[in-house]
Amino acid sequence: MTSENVDLHVPILARVEGEGAMHVQVSNGEVTDIRLEIYEPPRFFEALLRGRDYTEPADITARICGICPVAYQMSAVHAIERACGVAVGGEIRELRRLLYCGEWIQSHVLHIGFLHAPDFLGYESGIAIAADHPKMVESILTLKRTGNDIVDVLGGRPIHPVNIKLGGFYKAPSRAEMRSLREPLLQARETCVELIRWTAGFDFPDLQQDYEFVSLRHESEYPFNEGRIVSNKGLDIDASEFEQHSLEEHVAHSTALHSRLKDRGWYHVGPLARWANNFDLLSSDIQEFAAEVGIAPVENNPFKSIVVRGLETLHAIDESLRIVDGYAPPAKSFVDVPARAGVGWSATEAPRGMLYHRYEIDDEGIILAAQIIPPTAQNQPTIESDLRRFVEENLHLDHEELQLRCEQSIRNYDPCISCSTHFLTLTIDKS
Amino acid sequence: MTIAEPRNPTLAVWKFASCDGCQLSLLDCEDEILALAGALDIAYFPEASSGMVEGPYDVSLVEGSITTPHDLERIKKVREESGVVITIGACATSGGIQALRNGADVSEFIGIVYAHPEYISTLEMSTPIADHIEVDFELRGCPIDKGQLIETIVAHLAGRPPRIPTTSVCMECKARGNPCVMVAHGTPCLGPVTQGGCRALCPTYNRGCYGCFGPTESPNTEALAEQFVKLGMRDDAIARSFRTYAAWAEPFKQEAERRDPS
Repeated sequence: MTSENVDLHVPILARVEGEGAMHVQVSNGEVTDIRLEIYEPPRFFEALLRGRDYTEPADITARICGICPVAYQMSAVHAIERACGVAVGGEIRELRRLLYCGEWIQSHVLHIGFLHAPDFLGYESGIAIAADHPKMVESILTLKRTGNDIVDVLGGRPIHPVNIKLGGFYKAPSRAEMRSLREPLLQARETCVELIRWTAGFDFPDLQQDYEFVSLRHESEYPFNEGRIVSNKGLDIDASEFEQHSLEEHVAHSTALHSRLKDRGWYHVGPLARWANNFDLLSSDIQEFAAEVGIAPVENNPFKSIVVRGLETLHAIDESLRIVDGYAPPAKSFVDVPARAGVGWSATEAPRGMLYHRYEIDDEGIILAAQIIPPTAQNQPTIESDLRRFVEENLHLDHEELQLRCEQSIRNYDPCISCSTHFLTLTIDKS
Repeated sequence: MTIAEPRNPTLAVWKFASCDGCQLSLLDCEDEILALAGALDIAYFPEASSGMVEGPYDVSLVEGSITTPHDLERIKKVREESGVVITIGACATSGGIQALRNGADVSEFIGIVYAHPEYISTLEMSTPIADHIEVDFELRGCPIDKGQLIETIVAHLAGRPPRIPTTSVCMECKARGNPCVMVAHGTPCLGPVTQGGCRALCPTYNRGCYGCFGPTESPNTEALAEQFVKLGMRDDAIARSFRTYAAWAEPFKQEAERRDPS
């Protein structure tokens, strides 16, 4: 049966972080309106940061998102250190990578097991899955806790960690604390392999899009904190050039601004983008395992992002083990970052995609301007493009099935709506 | 005659202006969440489940502050539908970091962030839930402590008051045997005027408390601020230290105004 007229409206999108709605309208077999509506209340972080001290964004911007606070902390400290002409290396740089691994593990596993898997299996929630698959859900919880434990050891608590400062950490972990992570990580590795196999066996709706994948690319590492901003279609810029290449658009149905690349259009950030741009930097173990579970080096079906998240989690576990095993406490847990007038930029890889910060500070370290471009604002036009394409190709589905699949397709992006709301100084007004 | 089966109490989790971190704390209870889901029915928790059962609910957890006209109406409905309302976290309890807008020109803020101010619907102030409805219990923290969350839920299920200490962070430092960061290395610390619950987290990590659990009972903020002056802090920096995650809590607000009346 082909539906000539469809009106899908989901007023409260479940299993996403923050408040959004979906609206899809089809008239006479043509998609006439597609909207991912974002009604999350604005909180005006960029305005609140003006006049604050340059040491404060590491704590303040964490409050933008309870699911990816580390991403905000890392983009903030790297941007401000750059403004002050300081680069952090050695063991502190390694600890920052480990901290980010912890966040990827906790956020990816939460999304895989609790927010996205229910769509593939026809459950309302991860807790409901537990009724039928208790062992699997228990091992997912244990795996998630391993990520929390890493952030706990390095940051003091899993949400809004307190131990992150400009130049490094207030206190470096002891050898014993780092060693305590080792056994859980080894266990987590086994669980993660099992989780990947489980998700690889799901039925994936067919959707192929020719995305422009945008992510960081570092010369020798799968990216967390450092690298150039690249795409699979030839973009290759420094973070300081990003705003010259991106356009932000304020539309009526969203308190998040939509991002586009100048002359290039909408683009895709997140696990699939990192995967496509950095596949060669993964271990041969992970590359071979990906082939075994049916994931290509460039994966254009967004529904398969759930498996790629699992593979990235595996990488984060391996990277954590490497850092834990090689750890020697640094003589000092931070380098000094004296204030100087200037501008600094940074992009880092939040679990759900590239997160850009810019700060302008004066010679006393007071913030004059701040700019934040979160991943979901960048993905919002891409999410709408996927929805349009999916609806056009699947009008034969009944109303309920089509609606469920549309919601699932939004969740492919692990959208973080609290993050995407309330940012961005507008550069271009297209109205 | 049939006897109704005893039913589990129902739980609802609501979000207002916030980062989601406090409700995430519930999903971060990896060791307890399945047991908890067995003891009560999670009837409404959109972040975790697409199954949304209509009210009334026995217990409502409310995250976030009130910042829009729509949310002002919504919170009243939450009250009507809930047996017990528990606010979770600094946003719900004192307006949160977004209360830094209070007293500023919000239209200017909108102009800094958005191109079309006419699309944006917001109130002048970010205010705590208790400014608008009766609240049965307030759980502090940015974010809340998950142990305190479990204790609060369990206590309400058992019909007893939650055992949540209202003493200062200093007590927790003493209990942990931490040297005082102010005395030992001259680091400004809000611990003496801040409610505990974090197990003195920041001092344990060699930094001063930044007040994310909000003011303790009868805090002597003025004396502490004088101590900060002796440590070399300027008034504008002292004002900023009180203007963070509990900026709109009365004692912190007053001390910030005393130091920086602008």
